[in-house]
Amino acid sequence: MRSLLAAPMRLAQFLRRFGYIWRSLRRSRQGTIGLAIVIVHLFIAVASPYIVPYAHHDIDGKNRLAAPSVEHPFGTDSFGRDLFTRVLLGGRAAIGVALLAAAIAVLWGGLLGILLAFIGGRVDEVVMRLVDALLAIPGLLVVLLIVVALGTGFSVLILTLGYAYGVSTIRVARGAALGFVASDFITAARARGERKTNIVLRELIPNLLDVLLVEYVMRASWALTAISSLSYLGFGIAPPTPDWGRMVFENQVMLAISPWGTLFPVFALASLIIGINLAGDALSKAIGLDRTREAPT
Amino acid sequence: MSQKLLEVEGLTTGFRARGSQVVKVLRNVSLSMERGETLGLVGESGCGKTTFGMTLLGHLRPGGKVLAGTARFEGVDLFDLPPDELAELRGRRVAVIPQSASSALTPTMRVGEQIAEVLTLHLGLAGARLQARVLELLTQVHLPQVEALARRYPHELSGGQLQRVAVAMALAGEPELLVLDEPTTGLDVTTQAHILDLLREIQETTATAMLYISHDIGAIARVCDRLAVMYAGEIVEDGAIRDLFADPAHPYTRGLLGSAPRLSVAGLPQAMAGRPPAPGEERPGCAFAPRCAFADETCTTIDPALEPRDRHAETPHLVHCHHWRRVVASEDAGKRRALKTGAQQEREPEPLLELAEVDITYARRGLAALLRRWRGEPEPPTTVSRFSITIHRGETVALVGESGSGKSTIARAIAGLMPPRAGHIRFGGQALASEVQSRPAQTQRKVQIIFQNPDASLNPRHTVKQILDAPLRLYFDMDGKSRLERSGALLEEARLTPRYLERHPGQMSGGEKQRVAVARAFAAEPDLVLCDEVTSALDVSVQAAVLELLAGLQAQRGVAYLFISHDLAVVRAIADRVAVLYQGRICEVGPVADIYAPPYHPYTETLLAAAPEPMPGARAQLLAKDVQEAEPPARGCCFQRRCPRRIGAICDNETPPSQRAAEGHVIRCHVPLEELRESQATLISPADIPTRERLAAASPK
Repeated sequence: MRSLLAAPMRLAQFLRRFGYIWRSLRRSRQGTIGLAIVIVHLFIAVASPYIVPYAHHDIDGKNRLAAPSVEHPFGTDSFGRDLFTRVLLGGRAAIGVALLAAAIAVLWGGLLGILLAFIGGRVDEVVMRLVDALLAIPGLLVVLLIVVALGTGFSVLILTLGYAYGVSTIRVARGAALGFVASDFITAARARGERKTNIVLRELIPNLLDVLLVEYVMRASWALTAISSLSYLGFGIAPPTPDWGRMVFENQVMLAISPWGTLFPVFALASLIIGINLAGDALSKAIGLDRTREAPT
Repeated sequence: MSQKLLEVEGLTTGFRARGSQVVKVLRNVSLSMERGETLGLVGESGCGKTTFGMTLLGHLRPGGKVLAGTARFEGVDLFDLPPDELAELRGRRVAVIPQSASSALTPTMRVGEQIAEVLTLHLGLAGARLQARVLELLTQVHLPQVEALARRYPHELSGGQLQRVAVAMALAGEPELLVLDEPTTGLDVTTQAHILDLLREIQETTATAMLYISHDIGAIARVCDRLAVMYAGEIVEDGAIRDLFADPAHPYTRGLLGSAPRLSVAGLPQAMAGRPPAPGEERPGCAFAPRCAFADETCTTIDPALEPRDRHAETPHLVHCHHWRRVVASEDAGKRRALKTGAQQEREPEPLLELAEVDITYARRGLAALLRRWRGEPEPPTTVSRFSITIHRGETVALVGESGSGKSTIARAIAGLMPPRAGHIRFGGQALASEVQSRPAQTQRKVQIIFQNPDASLNPRHTVKQILDAPLRLYFDMDGKSRLERSGALLEEARLTPRYLERHPGQMSGGEKQRVAVARAFAAEPDLVLCDEVTSALDVSVQAAVLELLAGLQAQRGVAYLFISHDLAVVRAIADRVAVLYQGRICEVGPVADIYAPPYHPYTETLLAAAPEPMPGARAQLLAKDVQEAEPPARGCCFQRRCPRRIGAICDNETPPSQRAAEGHVIRCHVPLEELRESQATLISPADIPTRERLAAASPK
């Protein structure tokens, strides 16, 4: 009975905490704009298959490199494919990969970082030097190397990016956790005879969830840039799946004749990344304030 | 020139909160200061003391506004000054001595340069004259080897030295008014005594007026001639300090005086109920009414005026209370309650915790120790050395000493967080494992710890319910419902309501948080609670309440306390036995009554002489130099370098003998007891505290 009730109660508590973040996010104009952009993008990513006028591979042979018109709101590319359809669909794969990759990164990197801060001593020392060594190699280079070696599949992309961003998350999570491991409430838990897993799970991690949340948002934004770069280079999301990065590559030769095929995907990608960053900045500011000081509800 | 130095009239400041609500910070403050006068400003935290101090610099917090009234400095309204004149005023004519000099000084600049900056900016000094003046100022605040010191960086100085540098810097502009914002809070008693002495000297030798802001009535009494009491942004009482101490007319002043523990009086101070209103909490009538025992309907409707008690008095004594006549006529506050019931003391003492010859060191072992030995470096002295003490069931043993004396280290060792290098710890007759993880759960349960700062010891992300649940879940086989019930009951025992269960620590006041910390320790139903400076982060009024709570719980549950404190007055109020610790070595141990009467160990004597007893005009008898010692001496008496009663080489070379002064009272000193007893005066005596009668007898008429 108790355990049945415990899970929803904990969830409610969790949501209430993030309710505070939501409210302070909404209080900043930049945050609200960023959030609105992100929500529009996410909506398009989810709903686009049902709202696009054509299939992404439909070819209108008579209208190649057409300018925007009623028939083709964003114009067409050199094959006569509808750009509006392709732009709307072009974010789905990249966004999905970025969100999953960032989740993996924050999960393993965050956990490892927190554990290292908690364990401390030699283990921490050795692992952190290893992390330093890994961080010394440029991230995109590592990702390119792995993708070239293992081929481009969704799972390879997700795992590779998840690994690469996880390494740098270790640092951030460890740094944030270090501020807490020496604090009195952790000492109090130790003095109580609390088990180590309990100390990490109950005392330490709740204090780091918000840092990890900001970390997740920022990593997702970087992962998105990375995937688009990879796709542009031909190592990311493979055709025929439409993708903004790939579309830029496909249409850039026609830039002088028909700029639409380059401009619209660039605009889509840039707006999403700007949106995430605005929301992310406001989020970290919102978290900087201690929400728990708000009046009791 | 009969003009007053400072005239504040009806000053009301505030800021606009979200929406259109105006939150008042200072309300209708009227206060004036003569040239060269020393005025103390006292009140609980959050009452607007610092805000008032800052308005004297023409400074308001961002978003702050003057809503009414004026603040005139030599006849000129501070808030009408153009920016360049304000800049000229600040640091030159009005200077501030901050609470924490270490954060107020620039860490990357030599202290001499920082003082020179003030001199160049405000007085235009340069070259050799500038250098000479810097050294002169440093000498004036009694710093040693000023040439070398001026070239040091702030981190190279001790806390007391930094505070002296801050004083020198404030004096550099030869200001007419010094605003001192809690200038000795956070310093050790002996250091504090030296700083207070310096301030008194500055007051006597210069024409500078001082506004001394503090929550510590004892410190104010040492320095000030006049005292103003602030509550909720209002001045509630203002008068000569002797009058206010002997015959406080406002219930709040009485409460503050009554809740301060005294060195000279045993027993618990009286706690004051309630807490100051939060900013923006407006109510009609007197702001103090909800906490006041004298309040009636008039108080909750009409705000009293600040009126003089006697219009013809030479020194005006102003009170902001409708009923001050009734307050004055009522019996004096500050009565102490006897701490222990007779039954408890008669019980046969059963040893609960025994520490025998315990050594604790932070020095690294293993490879580092081998390396040290190979290099032929001496073993660093242990932080705590040959520490022995027994705590009986239901007893309170206090551990007293300045910062760095190893008090907390001993608590950590008992809690199993810092294994001792040598010695034995026995608990309930059985050897206690040195690591907390290797103790059986029941032993873990029986030893609990309460920390100094509840902000740090309560997880900010947990609700009170989660905080209290942790020990219950860990030590008892209870289901969720009974744990919740138990948590509620624990809160009530700590005099909080179960409403608090859903709150986060950030939503509570300091006193409430510390009560939760106490409740968490008692949730385990412990036999021994280690109280590590549990009241030092609290206001005096709240401190008294927490002490009362601890004493009450002890009477009910029969727990023993190891009460760690640097505050001798607090210790006097709550302890049965006291051990005085210096550099991790016991100097003196004995029943509380014996510790506070001669013969003393010279270190105890120093501490007692330095402690600011709330007693106007009392001056510290400065017995020892305020040097901070990084390490205990390798041989001889631990106090040898600072001891005012040193007798010679024997102190440097031989471990002092344990001399028995009375039953259970041991003094470790080379000086014979007889000699100590003869030369030591009774430092503290209730007879020195002014009362109405004594005041009347002392006055010429």
